[in-house]
Amino acid sequence: MKSSYIPMTRQQQEAMLSAVGVESLDELFSAIPEDLRLKTDLNLPKPLSEHELKKHMNMLAQRNSDACENSCFLGAGVYDHIIPSAVKHIISRQEFYTAYTPYQPEISQGVLQSIFEYQTMISELTGMDAANASLYDGATALYEAVLLASRFNGRKEVLVARSVNPEYRKVLHSGLKYSGITIKEVDFIREENNSDGKNGTIDLEQLQGELSKDTAAIAIQSPNFFGILEDIKALSQKVKEVGALLIAVCDPISLGVFESPGELGADIAVGEAQPLGNPMNFGGPLLGYFAVKSPLLRRMPGRIAGETTDSQGRRGFVLTLQAREQHIRREKATSNICTNQALCALAAVSYLSLMGKEGLKEVATQCINKSVYTYRSLLETGKVSQVFNAPFFREFVVKPKIKPNVLNKALLAEKIIGGYDLTVEYPELEGCWLVAVTEKRSVDEIDDFVDKVNSICQGGGYK
Amino acid sequence: MEIREGLYYSKDHEWVRVEGNRAYVGITDYAQDSLGSIVYVELPTEGKELPKGEVLGVVESVKAASDIFSPISGTVVEVNQALADNPELINESPYENYIAVLSFEKTDELNELLSPAQYKELTEGE
Amino acid sequence: MMRDEKLIFEKSVEGRIGYSLPENDVPKVDLEAFYPVEMLRKTAPELPEVSEVDVIRHYTNLSKRNYGVDSGFYPLGSCTMKYNPKINEDIASMEGLAQMHPFQDPQSAQGNLEILHNMDKYLSEILGMERVTLQPAAGAHGEMTGLMIIKAYHMHRNDSKRVKIIVPDSSHGTNPASAALAGFEVVHIPSDERGCVDINALENILDDTVAGLMLTNPNTLGLFEEDILKISEMVHGCGGLLYYDGANMNAIMGIARPGDMGFDIAHVNLHKTFSTPHGGGGPGSGPIGVVKELVPFLPVPVIEKVNDSFVLDYDRPLSIGKVKSFYGNFGVILRAYSYIRTMGAQRLKEASQTAVLNANYIRKKLEDFYEIPYNRICMHEFVLSAQKQAQNGVTALDIAKNLLDAGIHPPTIYFPLIVHEAMMIEPTETESPETLDNFIGIMQGLAVKAQDDPESLKNAPKTTYVSRLDEVKAARTPVLRWKK
Repeated sequence: MKSSYIPMTRQQQEAMLSAVGVESLDELFSAIPEDLRLKTDLNLPKPLSEHELKKHMNMLAQRNSDACENSCFLGAGVYDHIIPSAVKHIISRQEFYTAYTPYQPEISQGVLQSIFEYQTMISELTGMDAANASLYDGATALYEAVLLASRFNGRKEVLVARSVNPEYRKVLHSGLKYSGITIKEVDFIREENNSDGKNGTIDLEQLQGELSKDTAAIAIQSPNFFGILEDIKALSQKVKEVGALLIAVCDPISLGVFESPGELGADIAVGEAQPLGNPMNFGGPLLGYFAVKSPLLRRMPGRIAGETTDSQGRRGFVLTLQAREQHIRREKATSNICTNQALCALAAVSYLSLMGKEGLKEVATQCINKSVYTYRSLLETGKVSQVFNAPFFREFVVKPKIKPNVLNKALLAEKIIGGYDLTVEYPELEGCWLVAVTEKRSVDEIDDFVDKVNSICQGGGYK
Repeated sequence: MEIREGLYYSKDHEWVRVEGNRAYVGITDYAQDSLGSIVYVELPTEGKELPKGEVLGVVESVKAASDIFSPISGTVVEVNQALADNPELINESPYENYIAVLSFEKTDELNELLSPAQYKELTEGE
Repeated sequence: MMRDEKLIFEKSVEGRIGYSLPENDVPKVDLEAFYPVEMLRKTAPELPEVSEVDVIRHYTNLSKRNYGVDSGFYPLGSCTMKYNPKINEDIASMEGLAQMHPFQDPQSAQGNLEILHNMDKYLSEILGMERVTLQPAAGAHGEMTGLMIIKAYHMHRNDSKRVKIIVPDSSHGTNPASAALAGFEVVHIPSDERGCVDINALENILDDTVAGLMLTNPNTLGLFEEDILKISEMVHGCGGLLYYDGANMNAIMGIARPGDMGFDIAHVNLHKTFSTPHGGGGPGSGPIGVVKELVPFLPVPVIEKVNDSFVLDYDRPLSIGKVKSFYGNFGVILRAYSYIRTMGAQRLKEASQTAVLNANYIRKKLEDFYEIPYNRICMHEFVLSAQKQAQNGVTALDIAKNLLDAGIHPPTIYFPLIVHEAMMIEPTETESPETLDNFIGIMQGLAVKAQDDPESLKNAPKTTYVSRLDEVKAARTPVLRWKK
């Protein structure tokens, strides 16, 4: 049966073949050696009509425990936030999502202006001078930041806190393996009875020991992977001592309440902007943001929208600073990035426009209220113990009486997606559990969660 | 395309004006014309040592970013700060607006550069 | 239509809100007690204060100043702007598939893992590869991943002198850029007079310092590299690997496979060949397939089927590690999955055949009006040169801007670099003969005008929302954000 996506009819095909001057479709492929031409059809499943496809996908969805049917208390880099309905409608505008990259600015002012607005909002949140149009995710954004720093000051070492998201560090290690840049990881403080709020944050003494004139940059995440706030300001002073750059990885929702990395002295701010209007999507597409202070402007990788005027003096927007990009500079480009995450950035700018000044602050505040309430309630059960004693945002670490993976399996049976088991990535935190609570979790969901954790731990395992 | 007398030329379209042991380096009229309107010049830092052929700086237009290669070995003693705010000066007067000044010792390297006539031949060939 | 010139910030009115959130239902935390005061924000970020009405109007109006495949013809060479089926969009927004956390227990994500595993199988079949990883987020990202695998492969063989990657001078800019990022030296080789890889030049530079060769086939001129088997033999003969840039896969689906041509690694662009939307510049997805010998180097995790379950295999000692967080752009992969399940083998082949026929049809109809440097049967795209028109002062850029006035997105211009005043045209299979005839008519008309009345073609576009924009000003004095 014909495809509804291929308009050409058999009849029209005859006419076109003759216009081209060939006898058959096969003749069009005569440049391909006979040996290479497939003699049978590809071994793929039979085509499905729309109706059959929907049924098939529903069947697959049945085998998922999604975050609509289950309460999600899992974070660790990707978060289940409330997404306003309007966002979906904006990104479903066909002129946006079926458009190409805005290389022809005169017919792409929609995309270009929305990118400009997105760049403005990211700059505002992070307290930086400029932002780019997006990168693939927070992990690759960190990688690009490290490259930028190393090329900027010609140094070959980067100090990365171990409290930076493990996925990010893995991407850094893989990407930098043959780059000549060495990664030195710096531990976090892990003192049992520490009460100065530094628990779970970067070990500044160890950092001082590793810092040298070979250091290109320090990379720190705040709130870090454990949800704990790091002292960006203190680190900005340390980098000044050796003339290195400070890269801060910051969650954008948290920046509704916390001081911006720019204000605190960071040179580059990167992170994961998925929480801004983008669903979890099983880990992708995500939205890496990248922002810098002015001296680094022309070294920013990726696409950048800039303001200008047209021949009649009217304001308009174009992709600018392109001479540094792959399609012009080739092997000397700032990066290789071509396609980025434009539609996800559009979702983010729509989200931030709807939430506005007050809304973002309200979301962040509710995340704080709810995560702290959950934390205190869990500790009260006595079935879960404190691990770090430090202020956190939206996420915290506790140690349940039974192993996290066992606890999570039992919780799933109760329609709850439990927190992240830190055991694999942080052996010294064996049995520790990273729990996330967003504004989406109601007090009933939280009380139910605490209740279930309590009874499951009582039972000592599976129900 | 103007090719000025009294200057040395490189095959990468740089010009060199020698004053004692100081060499003024810039890009030629041909170069600025090929690049189009120049939007940015990345200047070297003073004190930087440059062996012959190493990248001295970058000249950017909307459609290209061209490396400037050091035509001779030397140390950067001065850069043309005016280009930081007004890169278009190179388009207007490429021979009046040098990019950097090098202090050099290896005078025989000058013999490896092109004369105005040789440079003319080169550009006519391209 | 009234011109709405304002940015969203310029529509802000203090106290206005555009959101709906549940009331806080737990005890409030005293921020200044819980956190060190100096860590709290002193000034709120300058985000707009607007209503939902404002936001919807604003972005709806912006969308009207944009042009997508749903608006009209988009013959951008090397981009494969084919129609984006709407069923794919519906599938991708199914909450049971999208509202999933990547770190939740794999046993609770069997549906999604099956989709990923099946995509591995389908793409392996289409490419003629052993296994496919879906982790790279775009074509360029896939290229870098493939190059990292090449590097790992040689290092594993203790062969550290292989520092070079060869790319044709006609290659897409991401090829050398990715190679440089992966730590290689880039060597360009020229194309011959037929527009294909110069075999003699290749022979001269192949030696034991070459890690690999990156090729697109058909190449960026839309021509099939007829000597591909010989090239494969030569590269393998000197111990190098062969990388396939799958940007042009739309020409050969179901007709030929890179694996059979001798390629060791191949990437595809789901947002090109597999109909997922371009989104105004992403998100995309650039899965890569590898031959058996390279499977151990694939990024982790690999989705395996064990008994009747799908599991995430991280236990792969030779893996290059991770190139992105989690498993890839699942939302994009989902759309491509939906597309492959809708098309099946025969329709995919028909798509490629039609794409190639459409490109040749346009070529034939324009060959008397524009110079076509390599004028023979092309694949899914071809390159013409506006040199003749440029001699009258009408450049490829002018022609492109005039097409905007005619309501058509221009083809790719000034690429590949080896053709002067290049215009690369790729119609795809989702365009009807009527659409093609309309485009052809306009292009012919422009060629005639360029001869008879070139002045009338300067200073286009005249009917678009903005006229030609000052790109020099934008680059000289960058203004990258609004300030209050």
